[in-house]
Amino acid sequence: MQVPILKQGPYLIASVQAALRDADLVQLRDALTEQVGTYRTRGVIVDVTALDVLDSFACRTLSEIAGMIRLRGAQTVIVGIQPEVAFSMVQLGLKLEGVATALDLEEGLEYMNRRMKQIEQGQYE
Amino acid sequence: MNDEFRVTIQSEDDILEARQEGRELGLRLGFGPSALAVIATAISELARNLLLYARNGSIICWAINREPQQGIVIQATDEGPGIPNIEAAMKDGYSTSGGLGLGLPGVRRMMDEFAIVSRHGRGTTVTAIKWKEPIPKSSSGE
Repeated sequence: MQVPILKQGPYLIASVQAALRDADLVQLRDALTEQVGTYRTRGVIVDVTALDVLDSFACRTLSEIAGMIRLRGAQTVIVGIQPEVAFSMVQLGLKLEGVATALDLEEGLEYMNRRMKQIEQGQYE
Repeated sequence: MNDEFRVTIQSEDDILEARQEGRELGLRLGFGPSALAVIATAISELARNLLLYARNGSIICWAINREPQQGIVIQATDEGPGIPNIEAAMKDGYSTSGGLGLGLPGVRRMMDEFAIVSRHGRGTTVTAIKWKEPIPKSSSGE
């Protein structure tokens, strides 16, 4: 199932709906990287609230999404990793290091707004 | 109550199916949310290994009772090339497929028991068990 990507204000929001196949994640990665240019967006929020598993492939693809979007000049934040999903991720050794995360969509938007302000003011990281 | 299943893994869709079946079996056996996520993730990793290294194989799960413990067994079996160096394959970061190399050591970390048998040219069987938390004997004072 393809992941819908919505444009909300200056950001793109991808809401992952249910259990994803590997191909859907790869499709999401490529679509987001493309649409950052189409919409000239500076921020991408990937909402994974509905996911009950983030295995090594999913994590690697999320890292790739964040990395590719950064190279396109925009920021990414992953939101909505559920407690039990976080638990199995750390057990497996997946830490999504170098990728911004936030509790939920609301926090993710807040994070993006802060990040945009920092970038405007020239304060990186 | 159906307390076992087998899914033949030949495509990505089969990984999803095995993971879903594993979660449902875990739920029927009374596992909590964290353990269910662990079970689904372990199945996902093992099934992916089957596709990556053996092209196909099976995920078989069943309920296990070892009084007073109850658990679920996850077995991934294939007739692929076998793992030439199990010791290396069990190290974090070791991968011959360009993956993260967390699959087998990660699954061992997540599960309570873990065994691997591999014979060159004959295939590999990984067996892992997750126990349910043993129920404390009426410590609530009822």
